[in-house]
Amino acid sequence: MSGETRISPLRRAWLAALALLVLAFLVLPVFIVLPMSFSDSQYLEFPPRAWSLRWYRAYLGSSDWMAATRVSLLAALLTTALATPLGLAAAWGLHRAGGRTARLIRTALVAPLVVPVIILAIGVFYLYVRLGLVNTLSGLVLAHTALALPFVLVLIDAGLRRIDLDQERVARSLGAPPLRAFATVVLPQLEPSLVAAALLAFVTSLDEVVVALFVSGGPMATLTRRMFTGLRDQVDPTIAAISSLLILLSVGLLGLAQLLLRRR
Amino acid sequence: MNPVPTAPEAVPALAPAAAEETAAALARDARRERRAALALALPALLLVGLVALLPTLWLFGLSLVEGESLSLAHYRRLIEEESYRRIFWTTFEIAAVVTLLAAVLGYPLAYWLSRLSEPWAGLGLVLVLVPFWTSLLVRTYAWLVLLQRRGLVNQWLLALGLIEEPLRLVHNWTGTVIGMLHILLPFLVLPTYASLKAIDPAYPAAAASLGASPVKAFWTVLFPLSLPGLLAGCLLVFVLALGFYVTPAILGGGRVLMVAMKVQENAGLYLDWGAASALAVVLLLATLVIFALLARLVPIERLLVGRS
Repeated sequence: MSGETRISPLRRAWLAALALLVLAFLVLPVFIVLPMSFSDSQYLEFPPRAWSLRWYRAYLGSSDWMAATRVSLLAALLTTALATPLGLAAAWGLHRAGGRTARLIRTALVAPLVVPVIILAIGVFYLYVRLGLVNTLSGLVLAHTALALPFVLVLIDAGLRRIDLDQERVARSLGAPPLRAFATVVLPQLEPSLVAAALLAFVTSLDEVVVALFVSGGPMATLTRRMFTGLRDQVDPTIAAISSLLILLSVGLLGLAQLLLRRR
Repeated sequence: MNPVPTAPEAVPALAPAAAEETAAALARDARRERRAALALALPALLLVGLVALLPTLWLFGLSLVEGESLSLAHYRRLIEEESYRRIFWTTFEIAAVVTLLAAVLGYPLAYWLSRLSEPWAGLGLVLVLVPFWTSLLVRTYAWLVLLQRRGLVNQWLLALGLIEEPLRLVHNWTGTVIGMLHILLPFLVLPTYASLKAIDPAYPAAAASLGASPVKAFWTVLFPLSLPGLLAGCLLVFVLALGFYVTPAILGGGRVLMVAMKVQENAGLYLDWGAASALAVVLLLATLVIFALLARLVPIERLLVGRS
């Protein structure tokens, strides 16, 4: 852009400074929690005057936190195991069928993306009270699956659009049954999208707060639910340790998903 | 397997009946195949329908019932009661302020990123995405720690001599706005960046070669062309802000009451389903109207799945 090279250096420096400040505003709060979680003090200083693993020990030594962690991990795994195949089947079916009905079904399936989560949460709560599913693992997993499905559907659908589906038609015209044609021709090419979708489903469930607040409680309380309740009362530094672990896990998994999607 | 007809006149002799039959069979096959394909989406539709869509419709019904009869009493209360009017105003005000701040801070960042060359632009985008990838609760917690009385922000401001007393930055309106801005900013930066990137570099170059100063070229050429992205980002930030629950609940410290928090209170605490559902319906309708506008500007699905 030859025209823009004439912007005065002063103005360009101002722009860069402002942009870097905004970037710092976005990134620093996330990562400043990591060193702070190793602080020895109750008040979480930065930089910590004395380093310790005190809050990690508090987390690992608490049976309440450990139980909540188990619930969260289990719910996230089951949500992934349910949302990925359901989303895959739906994405493939809708892609193959095409037409108005398919578009309508697709809209219904992605609707949870635009509905404010508090509305989904009280709706699910209202339903679960009647079905006796409040504070059960299956109830939590079903609700989280509904939240994760749109993500899975959209990612896999984007993957399908990049594949030449004539290959599948060729396989079938050569006599392969539909399932076999899908499994041997389409699925291998879909793998990166599928893994990324599964990772996203896992993180969606793991990080979810609002629905868990309504339908997970007592021994079935999730990690995020316990953190939320803890945060409203006081700033427990143990939460800094848990937050750090969650940051590493989410950034790691979603970074991996991003890499998989980009490598194609 | 049939012998290939050698004489051309053999085809028309066979054609009418057989061709019709074949066509009908093919159409039947195609229909069967389509139905089978649609059936694959059924389990997912069943689950989302049961857990997400049906209860939402149910709320519509609940909001219209008072005692045993149909009534608009719950909606009338939303209009007449001073406390509800205040909640609507707080929600709107916070959403508007967050949107404005996001535009003012996000546009320069998007513009700067759009002019960087690789690999810096890619690195910058990853830095915008990283907070996007961390849990909303964790980020809200981070702000609670940073903004508290003895927190880092107050320490720095004191050390720089900008203030003499620690400021009250959290458990109030200010903390809520800062926390929400942090979470929503990427939703503005990403579409704005995309629309700036899509502008043909020949346009600003042409403006410059015709004698426009860089500032004039920006305001008359680049900025208007990037408006759809900026507008989409603003609408997205605004609509997402309307439904926020976790961040105001934690950083507002009970002093900031937004619509979603009142919905939670009515449903979870008072079990007042009439009031909760009427409020939820108003929130949902406002959300859907804005998303409908948004869908005309950009493919919203891609933006919302942007975490990956």
